[in-house]
Amino acid sequence: MKTNYVANCGTWFLDRFPLTKLWNEHMAQYYAPKNFNFWYFFGSLALLVLVNQFITGILLTMNYKPDASLAFDSVEYIMREVPWGWLVRYMHSTGASAFFIVVYLHMFRGLIYGSYKQPRELIWIFGMLLFVALMAEAFMGYLLPWGQMSYWGAQVIISLFSAIPVIGDDLSLWVRGDYVISDATLNRFFAFHVIAIPLILIMLVFLHIIALHEVGSNNPDGIEIKDSKDPWGHPVDGIPFHPYYTVKDIVGVAVFLFFFATVLFYMPEMGGYFLEHANFIPADPLATPEHIAPVWYFTPFYAILRAIPDKFAGVIAMGGAIVVLFLLPWLDRSPVKSIRYRGGIYKKALFLFVISFLGLGYLGMQAPTAGATMMARVFTSIYFAFFLLMPIYTRWEKTKPVPKRVNQPASIEDHIPAIKESFAAMTLEVSEQKNGHTVKHTRPNPSGIAHELSKLVKKMKGSLD
Amino acid sequence: MSEQGVDNSKRQFLTTALTVVGAVGTGYIAVPFLSQMQPSTKAKAAGAPVEIDISKLETGQLIRAAWRGKPVWVLNRTPDVLEILASNTDNLADPDSQESNQPTSSQNEFRSIKPEIFIAVGLCTHLGCSPTFRPETAPNDLGPDWKGGFFCPCHGSGFDLAGRVVKGVPAPTNLDVPPHHYITDTLVLIGEDTVEDSA
Repeated sequence: MKTNYVANCGTWFLDRFPLTKLWNEHMAQYYAPKNFNFWYFFGSLALLVLVNQFITGILLTMNYKPDASLAFDSVEYIMREVPWGWLVRYMHSTGASAFFIVVYLHMFRGLIYGSYKQPRELIWIFGMLLFVALMAEAFMGYLLPWGQMSYWGAQVIISLFSAIPVIGDDLSLWVRGDYVISDATLNRFFAFHVIAIPLILIMLVFLHIIALHEVGSNNPDGIEIKDSKDPWGHPVDGIPFHPYYTVKDIVGVAVFLFFFATVLFYMPEMGGYFLEHANFIPADPLATPEHIAPVWYFTPFYAILRAIPDKFAGVIAMGGAIVVLFLLPWLDRSPVKSIRYRGGIYKKALFLFVISFLGLGYLGMQAPTAGATMMARVFTSIYFAFFLLMPIYTRWEKTKPVPKRVNQPASIEDHIPAIKESFAAMTLEVSEQKNGHTVKHTRPNPSGIAHELSKLVKKMKGSLD
Repeated sequence: MSEQGVDNSKRQFLTTALTVVGAVGTGYIAVPFLSQMQPSTKAKAAGAPVEIDISKLETGQLIRAAWRGKPVWVLNRTPDVLEILASNTDNLADPDSQESNQPTSSQNEFRSIKPEIFIAVGLCTHLGCSPTFRPETAPNDLGPDWKGGFFCPCHGSGFDLAGRVVKGVPAPTNLDVPPHHYITDTLVLIGEDTVEDSA
């Protein structure tokens, strides 16, 4: 009999490593709810961006010099003289912003569908730790090009530590390794950015996913699919992650890459939001740029810091804005997870929260005028009220009955008659005599459009209750 | 394996003892690891004093120098400015510099040794941005109450031309005045209070 060497090698390996078991547990026999929607793309996209940052980051370190006198020039060298260096550098810088877009949307998904609620508190905690580690990673990475914004941004953030009573000054001295931001600071930030924090990120991603696969994914209906199982013990509303969601996520990846490539090739600086203009000037320790703002993903927290007219209280508020997110699973007392079955109070509160978060993000980029500071104070109050009043208002809210099984979402085909109807209401058929022929035109109908719009507004208002 | 005849208290003692020894060892190794992030000897030595020649400093002019990597300002104030500084103290958070950092020789209403020459570390006491020099009165962007001073673009803290912080802004104290003294009438040494300090 002929020996099959390939099969033997496979057996030899599988006898020593549980590859099949791992694959089945986490992919082929990991049952995910069948009703995942658009919002469920962002977890896998975050992983994709992480891989992008790792690969481009490794390539960048091959030419980057973590030295205060060489760093700025080495980045320009990468941009101008290293083959494809511009692409790798822009992939890394655009990837940083893309990471935060994806992560903010991923967190918002958690907020609307109650993914942080029992039994998924730990997933949320690991996720929040990932968010904090990601912020540290991004902040330290931003110092490396050694431009004006790098320098003064780091100066401001490290000075935050000095606001801590008693140990503050020594702590910020220890973080900087010098009396001001200097070569020592740049060198250690490089070490953190390239080795320490990426290791922490990988570990946390691992913990995040293991915790998720232990309890199973939440879904837009916020019900536990493990509660209804078929005779073989599989959730009736679940489908294996592979191939169903791996294939679905490939579609998400394609759409994401479309947007990513558009930014990458046509607007890599994103008008100063992804790479700030002042960062194309080498760091000057003697002059702060006229207008200094952090990169867009930090601006909501930065606006909170600026809104408080006291140094230590401002730092506490900024830290508190992140700490309060950790407590979310215990602040929310509603028995219902998904926003689909929650009461109007939560929907309105969440709406206000999103407005104030975006508002803070905008104000954090603007100069600190009196009016802007006032607005930032209002938004900061709403931000904290959303969380701190949550134990009260989530107890009051009138929830809707939650179904036992996941809902069949309406398909696009089901919407076609309604779309046709509203199109007909918004247009007028006009007949015209032209050269002896009757020509029909479709023209917009202003009163019909107004009517349809008011219907839409009423429907949106109704969905808030 | 049989658990019979096992003295659990002895096991517990050994476990505790090993944990304590391990914790002490971790504590010892943490000291060099954490200390190696402190400023190096070289960084500490770089804090040497610097001399600034102010003989060419015109009235109203501000010059910048670097001391310990920080910007140091030397401003030659006009008599008008000194008059404003002496009279306008109502909107200041710490007009007498009780809470602020300065050598005793500069703890006066002008926060300087010579009334007209103002020397300060040009870093906001809030989060360390370098404020911009705005000597003009009542500019459009800073409002009618602005009597000339320094404005921090980062978080909107304002200081008057003696580096005294105005009320209701994030900066907690007045701008730091570095230790300094005059070697001659026009030569100032930043980094040391008196000649004896350098000994």
